[in-house]
Amino acid sequence: MRPFDYVRAEDPVSASRAAAQANARFIGGGTNLLDLMKLEVMAPETLVDVSRLDFGGIAEDGDGLRIGATVTNSDVAADARVRRTWPVLSRALLSGASGQLRNKATTGGNLLQRTRCPYFYDTDTACNKRRPGSGCAAMGGETRNHAILGTSDQCIALYPGDMAVALRALDATIDVQRSEGAAERFSMQDFYRLPGETPDIETVLAPGDLITAVHLPAPKGDRQIYRKVRDRASYAFALVSVAAVVRMEGGRIAHAAIGFGGLGTVPWRDPDVDAVLVGEKPSAAVFDAAADTLLRGAVPEEGTQFKVPLARRVLRAVLEEATA
Amino acid sequence: MTLDLKVDGQSEERAEAFAQGLLGTALDRPDGVLKVTGAAVYAADDVPEGCAYGMLVRAPGFGAIEVGNADEVRAMPGVLAVIRDKRMVRNAAQGTANAAPVQGVDSADYVGQPVALVVAESFEAARHAAQALQLRTDGGPLPVNPGDVETEGEPDTTGDLDAAMAEAPHRLDVTYTTPSMTSAPMEPHAAVAWWEGDALTVRSALQMLKYNRNELADSLGIDPAKVRLLAPYVGGGFGSKLGIAAEAVAAAIAAQDLGRPVRVVQHRRQVFETVTRRSETRQRLRLAADRTGKLSGIGQEAWVSNLPGEVFQEPVTQATAFAYGAVHRVIGERLERLHRPAAGSVRAPGEAVGVTILECAMDELANDIGIDPVELRLRNIPDTDPEGGIPFSSHMLAEALKTGARRFGWSDRAPKPRARREGEWWIGTGMSAAFRVNVMMEAEARIALSPEGAVVETDMTDIGTGTYAILTQIAGEALGLPAEKVEVRLGDTTYPPGSGSGGSWGAATTGNAVWLAAQEIRAELARRMECGEGELTLKDGTATCGNRRVALADLLDGATLEGHGHIEAGDAFSKVRQSTFGAHFAEVAVNDVTGEVRVRRMSGTFAAGRILNEKTARSQCHGGLTWGIGMALTEGMVHDRRDGHIVNRDLAEYHMAVNADVPPLDVHFLEERDPWAGPLMSKGIGELGICGAAAAVLNAIHHACGVRVRDLPATPDRVLAGLEE
Repeated sequence: MRPFDYVRAEDPVSASRAAAQANARFIGGGTNLLDLMKLEVMAPETLVDVSRLDFGGIAEDGDGLRIGATVTNSDVAADARVRRTWPVLSRALLSGASGQLRNKATTGGNLLQRTRCPYFYDTDTACNKRRPGSGCAAMGGETRNHAILGTSDQCIALYPGDMAVALRALDATIDVQRSEGAAERFSMQDFYRLPGETPDIETVLAPGDLITAVHLPAPKGDRQIYRKVRDRASYAFALVSVAAVVRMEGGRIAHAAIGFGGLGTVPWRDPDVDAVLVGEKPSAAVFDAAADTLLRGAVPEEGTQFKVPLARRVLRAVLEEATA
Repeated sequence: MTLDLKVDGQSEERAEAFAQGLLGTALDRPDGVLKVTGAAVYAADDVPEGCAYGMLVRAPGFGAIEVGNADEVRAMPGVLAVIRDKRMVRNAAQGTANAAPVQGVDSADYVGQPVALVVAESFEAARHAAQALQLRTDGGPLPVNPGDVETEGEPDTTGDLDAAMAEAPHRLDVTYTTPSMTSAPMEPHAAVAWWEGDALTVRSALQMLKYNRNELADSLGIDPAKVRLLAPYVGGGFGSKLGIAAEAVAAAIAAQDLGRPVRVVQHRRQVFETVTRRSETRQRLRLAADRTGKLSGIGQEAWVSNLPGEVFQEPVTQATAFAYGAVHRVIGERLERLHRPAAGSVRAPGEAVGVTILECAMDELANDIGIDPVELRLRNIPDTDPEGGIPFSSHMLAEALKTGARRFGWSDRAPKPRARREGEWWIGTGMSAAFRVNVMMEAEARIALSPEGAVVETDMTDIGTGTYAILTQIAGEALGLPAEKVEVRLGDTTYPPGSGSGGSWGAATTGNAVWLAAQEIRAELARRMECGEGELTLKDGTATCGNRRVALADLLDGATLEGHGHIEAGDAFSKVRQSTFGAHFAEVAVNDVTGEVRVRRMSGTFAAGRILNEKTARSQCHGGLTWGIGMALTEGMVHDRRDGHIVNRDLAEYHMAVNADVPPLDVHFLEERDPWAGPLMSKGIGELGICGAAAAVLNAIHHACGVRVRDLPATPDRVLAGLEE
């Protein structure tokens, strides 16, 4: 771990100001950042601690819900309103990490969780995400836990989390306080960036930009499912996960919003997949068409071939359950 | 005086006649409270005044090491030294090596080899400086993948297996693979070293001190008599702490160079690389059987790997040699010299993977023939050791199979796979036999009996296994003392040399040494009581002989009575075949959509002679079954195919079974005394539980959904590949 300056912010505005410099980072729960700092995968010179700031807890906001950036994963998962109206989020959170980690991990920090690509973690290997331009050791190496959607010739690192997958299906938005003080709201779609030529840049956030809250609109679907396939029963990242928010009307699918984990370089949602489903009567053919659409651009490596049939099977099972 | 015993034949049962009633009970660990309250001082938990902190640095590639910026690193804040000393070791010594492992830092034989130590005033400064040290290697690619090199060694052949296969009405010829595995003890490898003149003391995490002292002295080029090792508490070993390892040698060198104590703790990622892994294996299984399932041929050929210079070769087939009778046999290993991190003993070397795959093959054969898998085993139990023709000291497999089947409810099982479905889940059951060779080593122990009670001393270790408890019970039983009147002192080379913890031999070997030391004291007490030893009853601190009862304190008359015991294996381990036996049963659910497997219940029935402590023995078996679940479903080191380095070298990516993977476990012990196993008639229990456990799970997967996974572990993608067919 490189020595660093530690600043405990007084309020969000001064926090943003303190962090508006190259190589400064906010720290919330630190459940991912500290590990990466110990390995010097990340080596910020300044840490701005926002964990004690009041971003509001969980509050009703019209017919939606506002979740302050420092509310822990455990508290979100346990919230009665979340469990009743947005259960897919609660399920996604509880399927991730461990109880101890969820007690520390924050909503804002979790959105910025970084990949588990083992070459990203290994400072003795090449990684374009960790050291731009150094190459990608994962390609040609061990790729079982890598992405098949949204990859580039620079990076195949997988987005590993669960919470953001559910948030995508819920059309959540992210409130950001820009470093100069202006508030801005981003859709999940706009918040994350595909690796392209710059896999080190993962979101729209610039230095000093601070996540202040996540906003959940009233759910457009009452049938909510989070299903995660993993190597062991707990404490493992998704091989494939599916978050589905579905509403049925008159035997047809009136609303479908499907988020995917374990597949993409970012928390994945494909509007074309949703479009294939909406207006249709549930059937194996429709579900297969949705899977075809999802996987039409998939670029599996040798180690991730299995994700193609697995994603298809899990999507089909989730849709069967959600539309039954 | 010393009571010596070389175990050449059968012993007489004596403990049954003793009165204390401590042996075999579920005594709580005397060290338990210290451990759960954090009061037990493990290797890295305390440091002497003025201690400096070292961090090992790994080679990023193969070949000659070039250091780019040593002077810059030395100038970093808090940094005391960058040490590259040719005495540093390439990898941990093999168990019982008794001499230094391969040494040197000029060149790396595997990616991850420790080739430097950075020492600083704080752990944090050392870690950062170690990360700043720029190492370059100039070596080209070396062979790292199985199949890349010529093999060494050939299996043993008896009869004509090819002909037996050609003639047999039922034959099986299948190949399985198992990946490299790690032991991952909870306590990472750690050492604190300090010198007083030319005398070195090291507190470290070690399993076998009398060997480790010689290994460390040999590594440093000093007299073993100048080395004192301390390991009073060890947070798990599983083979990874059998031999002296990189951190202890480096800490001793640094402490010498700097003239102050030095602590070195391996980072978890280093533990994966620098201590020995369980070798990956490829195993070809051939079974030839008649229509009743009686085997005429058995073949188990295993390919394993290790680094050049390592003598260890995973003894995959050592139990197959005596497991089942068959006239025609091809059994043994071939070794490939690969530049992966060194391979060595990991819990139940040999049987853990060897019995597992043998038992998978037996399940396949039973399925092919259409007979019950339990029945197939029963029909092939040999009368004598099929290799040497010698008798078994005891043979409890049939009883274990029958008892285990009854406890599990095996008779309800559907004969064919894919018979039971609950929603998305296929439900099935599987079983396996368990075998593990029984080994005795050499050990000494000393007991001092005073009016206050007994103090037992031996350099034996307790690596979480319960040594403190069982030695308390053995001494207490023999001397008629309650547990609280017995103090056991372990893990210090100034005590008499014990056997060390490894190969499941610790309890029986060192336990018998303690037993003998107590017998010596009993003989003296009998003399003072003026009666034959057989008439002497010792209980709760009193000696009784006929109608005479004397308090031990009076008999001792204020003085201390010493007993010294020494035991070693003799002809009893060649005249008869000694093994432990058991039977595993498992029920699993396999998800038809995802290929995920959940173990729903598991039962193990084991025979290992006298059970010294019902609770700690049970814990050992729980651990074995849990490891079996991991081996079957989740565990495996991934080696990068380009340079062999371990890709998943942390506990998030190397998947050991977690609580949610482990159902309630049923463990049952068969009552047994094995008179060939020494005076206590107890055999090793530490490793038996893992032997074959994974096979019960894998066989249950097949019974559930019809998918035979032959490349371990059975992760969802591998099960799914079968379901898709």
